[in-house]
Amino acid sequence: MTDLSLQGLSKRFGAFTAVDDISLDIPDGSFVCLLGPSGCGKTTLLRLLAGLETPSAGRLLVAGEDVTDTPAHARGFGMVFQSLALFPHLTVGENVAYPLSIRGRPKAECRARAEELLALVQLDGMGGRRIHQLSGGQRQRVAIARGLAIEPRLFLLDEPLSALDANLREHMQVELRQLQQRLGVTTVVVTHDQKEALTMADIVIVMDQGRVQQVGPPMEVYRDPANAFVAGFIGTSNLLPCDLREGEIAVSGHRIALDPADRVKAAPGAAMLSVRPEDVRIAEDGLPGTVSFIRDLGESVQVLIDHGDREITALYAPGARPEVAVGQKVGFGFAPGGRVVLPA
Amino acid sequence: MSGAVRTGYILVILALLAAPIVVVAGVSLNAEQALLFPPPETSLRWYGALFTTSDWLVPLRNSLVIAAASAALAVIVALPLALHVWSRSGWLARALHTLGVAPFMLPPVISALGFLVFWVTIGMYGQMTATIVSHGVFLVTLPVVTLSLGLGAMDPSVVEAARTMGATRGQVLRTVILPLLLPYIVSGYAFAFVLSLNEYIIAYMVAGFTVETLPIKIFNSLRYGYTPIMAVVAVLFVALAVVVFGAIGRFGNLPRLLGADRVEER
Amino acid sequence: MSGPTGKPTPGWLAALPAGWLVVFFLVPFAIMLGVSVAHRVPGGFYEPGFELASYARFLTPFFGKILLTSVALSAGAAAICVALAFPFTVILARMGRRAQTLVLVALLAVLSLSEVIIGFSLSTLLSKTAGIGNFFAWLGLIEESRAYAPSFFALMTGLCYLALPYAVLVLYPPVSRLDPELGEAARIMGATPLRAFWTVTVPMLRAPLMGAGILVFVFTLGVYLLPQVLGQPAHWTLSVHITDQAIFQSNLPFAAAMAVLLLLVSLALVGLTLLLGRDRERAA
Repeated sequence: MTDLSLQGLSKRFGAFTAVDDISLDIPDGSFVCLLGPSGCGKTTLLRLLAGLETPSAGRLLVAGEDVTDTPAHARGFGMVFQSLALFPHLTVGENVAYPLSIRGRPKAECRARAEELLALVQLDGMGGRRIHQLSGGQRQRVAIARGLAIEPRLFLLDEPLSALDANLREHMQVELRQLQQRLGVTTVVVTHDQKEALTMADIVIVMDQGRVQQVGPPMEVYRDPANAFVAGFIGTSNLLPCDLREGEIAVSGHRIALDPADRVKAAPGAAMLSVRPEDVRIAEDGLPGTVSFIRDLGESVQVLIDHGDREITALYAPGARPEVAVGQKVGFGFAPGGRVVLPA
Repeated sequence: MSGAVRTGYILVILALLAAPIVVVAGVSLNAEQALLFPPPETSLRWYGALFTTSDWLVPLRNSLVIAAASAALAVIVALPLALHVWSRSGWLARALHTLGVAPFMLPPVISALGFLVFWVTIGMYGQMTATIVSHGVFLVTLPVVTLSLGLGAMDPSVVEAARTMGATRGQVLRTVILPLLLPYIVSGYAFAFVLSLNEYIIAYMVAGFTVETLPIKIFNSLRYGYTPIMAVVAVLFVALAVVVFGAIGRFGNLPRLLGADRVEER
Repeated sequence: MSGPTGKPTPGWLAALPAGWLVVFFLVPFAIMLGVSVAHRVPGGFYEPGFELASYARFLTPFFGKILLTSVALSAGAAAICVALAFPFTVILARMGRRAQTLVLVALLAVLSLSEVIIGFSLSTLLSKTAGIGNFFAWLGLIEESRAYAPSFFALMTGLCYLALPYAVLVLYPPVSRLDPELGEAARIMGATPLRAFWTVTVPMLRAPLMGAGILVFVFTLGVYLLPQVLGQPAHWTLSVHITDQAIFQSNLPFAAAMAVLLLLVSLALVGLTLLLGRDRERAA
């Protein structure tokens, strides 16, 4: 069953096109991450889904029902805002129960449901507190509980974890994902943090300049980027211009035979080679370069190699650290199967 | 500049500002009908006289009625204006904002004359309603400014959040915006109330001969016979202003309300 | 559909305050403009017409002297007030929140005081029987107590008393938003506190200082009561004459013409301040 269907959705602000003709079908119960650099239109797309912006063109269907013209307050969605938008004049419990009280539910029911939701986000018994008495992580949980209060058809989150420090953020990513799996609610999260997207999502939608660049499961998007933008944006990629021929590529005049496991997505001629740092190898007969920096991160070792005007990043497990020193001239190559040839 | 010099400068200026008020407070305690400082004999009789002499009781009542009503009027007009300007841009919103800020920016004598010819023209010259409406228009700027500050300090996504949770526009206004704005509504009302109480020229030009307010009464007494009751009114006005602004400072963030961005808790 | 979201009020609701202010604020000005060119009926009010007789009176030496007095008084008060208020505001903005709140309460209390009460208080302070004359005599500075009002000095004191809190409150937002680290950076680079003040704080606040000066100028132009209580008839300003013509000489057309002139001067100056503010924003 297709739960969420975007059909040619566009949003223009004057001459600026924030969201450009997006069509997508998202299955029921998915956890979707909208990923892209700032200004790519992901937040605008989320606001279109929420009904906070009116699309310039296109339709939006939820479970087959056209909600394009339904105002935000009648859509029955839940949303967590980047600023959280908790009401400072209400208690934690009143915040969580707000969607119910606004619908005229009896007080007792509101209170019971608020307690239930607070327990769900591990804030049992905090209903009487004031918002300003809570820590950042607790506020985050209140906002999530509030967004889930009416068992929404669609749960939207706009950079929900961006205000938290790194440790708490990673913890909350796991918690949010587990919560979503338990409830089975279709969820769309906007983020600019690719690690966050890879941790939580069933489906990653990579956006740039108002357009969808790639849609797919996180590992597919990571291993098999559709174009140079996605390769560069998701994880770290070494991008080198190359010339694609029959069964081989030429990089800076150096010929490299392609392996059947390598992925070729470009037509013969000028192309772009993309290789992940873990697939870069030091090899005597490879491309020439000079080690410019070695970054020992404990769990891994990064070796930066100057190659002409480009800097190549190679990544090793601590035990596999190559015997090189800064300033040393080295040759480098790419592991078979790790090469992706993309349109230039 | 050392800390002592700085504090000293502030204290000297405040002392200069306080000096006339101290003298007037002393004068108000004169036992005789004389304006002597220091008073040879002290008594609180003139404080009683203010509330028992009909000469002064009527202006007192007039002033309070006018201040209470005109401040309410100013807030009622300022609220939809500030909300409209806050949520919209474009020339209409800007024009409306200018219209809301202008009355208090111009020398009041101009507005006073404008009001005078207006009320004469429509035949309401000399009525208390004319004074109330004139003050309400003149002082509308104060709640417009406090409400705009309050709205500016509000996270705009709380409105959107309420919308996504199912609240209609009216419900958003009632359950989110108005409760969050309440301190700014109250301070806007308080500012307008205190300033209406003190306002002279508009009240004088619009209905000075028929609806006497306390400032008009004091000015008339300056011309036609000094009495320590004038000092009593001055002291009460200062006290009222201190109480009102002190309360705003105690329960709200006065530096923020007056436009400061960074104020450390110390 | 209930219109765009995020708008707390429907668009038509703006018609209420707009209509209200047009009727009770703009229309009075329009009528005043009409009255200023109306024909004066001596002893009565006026009858409609179009003549520039009232404006022609601006060209007399008598009127020129009034205008000069008004401008000189206001300019003097503006200069003194800004000079006193600026260091005051800089110090104030660096104080703790509690101390700031206390000082602001004091300033607002003085600011809100009626001109009548300020005039009365200062005339008492400067009087022979209850004022500083007594104090100076007691100190032995002068032979016997004397009155210091009415006089030019008394009037200028009154104007500054009235406008000083106003000047501080106008300067307060830009001064308090000034990043204190800028001054600290200058200190680290070797500037003495006073030098840092003159080379960093003052230049950065040039536009707000000019703006405050102009606003105090406009504010004191509107003063109508202090000249009567603290000054001598030679110190009567345009505002005093407007009141006098309107109420006691029953010459509404002439009063209106003077008010229109005062309005134009004020609007031009307020416009200038807004322009200064805009340049500053663009520069920032």
